[in-house]
Amino acid sequence: MIVTLTKDEMTVFKEQDVILFRNRVKEFAVKIKMGLVNQTKLITAASELVRNMLIYAKGGKVLIEVVSRGRDNGVRLTFKDQGPGIKDINLAMKDGFTTGKSLGLGLPGAKRLANEFAIQSELGKGTTITIIKWANG
Amino acid sequence: MEKIPILRMGSFLLVTIQVDLYDRLALNLESDLVQMVNKTSAKGVLIDISAVSIVDSFMGRIIGNIANMTRIMDAQTVVVGMQPAVAITLVELGLPLNGVRTALNVEKGMEYLHSMIPHEEEDETADDDSNTD
Repeated sequence: MIVTLTKDEMTVFKEQDVILFRNRVKEFAVKIKMGLVNQTKLITAASELVRNMLIYAKGGKVLIEVVSRGRDNGVRLTFKDQGPGIKDINLAMKDGFTTGKSLGLGLPGAKRLANEFAIQSELGKGTTITIIKWANG
Repeated sequence: MEKIPILRMGSFLLVTIQVDLYDRLALNLESDLVQMVNKTSAKGVLIDISAVSIVDSFMGRIIGNIANMTRIMDAQTVVVGMQPAVAITLVELGLPLNGVRTALNVEKGMEYLHSMIPHEEEDETADDDSNTD
């Protein structure tokens, strides 16, 4: 079972918010003594997902949580937007697929960098993506 | 408006990225650098990213773009000082920065640029040597 220890919510609507958000994620990761490599992976994954949210949904909310499962501590990020939604999630998760101008690495890359990854999307309603990076993951 | 300074040193341009890049800043750096290469006829560009703790796919793409654009403008780009955690993350992300020349630190990067761009003076001294022989 996963228990939430502390949490914080941020809204991201412009590019400069991304830096504040990344710093906040770093604070949470440092608090649970996550190693530098895992911190970097977590923040990079967060950066990819928050950029997607800005580009495709013009922004949204992110919930940052310290969670624990047994002896493991981790950081859970939940990205929630009210954008157009993703038509074909399987396709969106493929390397190199993009509807924008990017490299198409954001979603599949973020999944590889995180330990747990969940995505829900409904056309016209929005997308919610949750990732967890365990401190020792 | 924030800007990343570009320093000129002989026929090289030096860029040290000391702040967290957001997208606009990175895009400005890209266009500033290409224009500087044109204006100064620089033969080499050295980008020091030792203070950068996060390189995501966007930043990675900009780095690749800069390398390609400057190559077209007849200048070599070398990216130096990448932190180990950033290298690990980039490869796992799926962005191994193919086609971008890298070096471990500024010193090695400068050595590389010097080796790529033979100086005319050096050529002359080489000629002198052969004459004395």
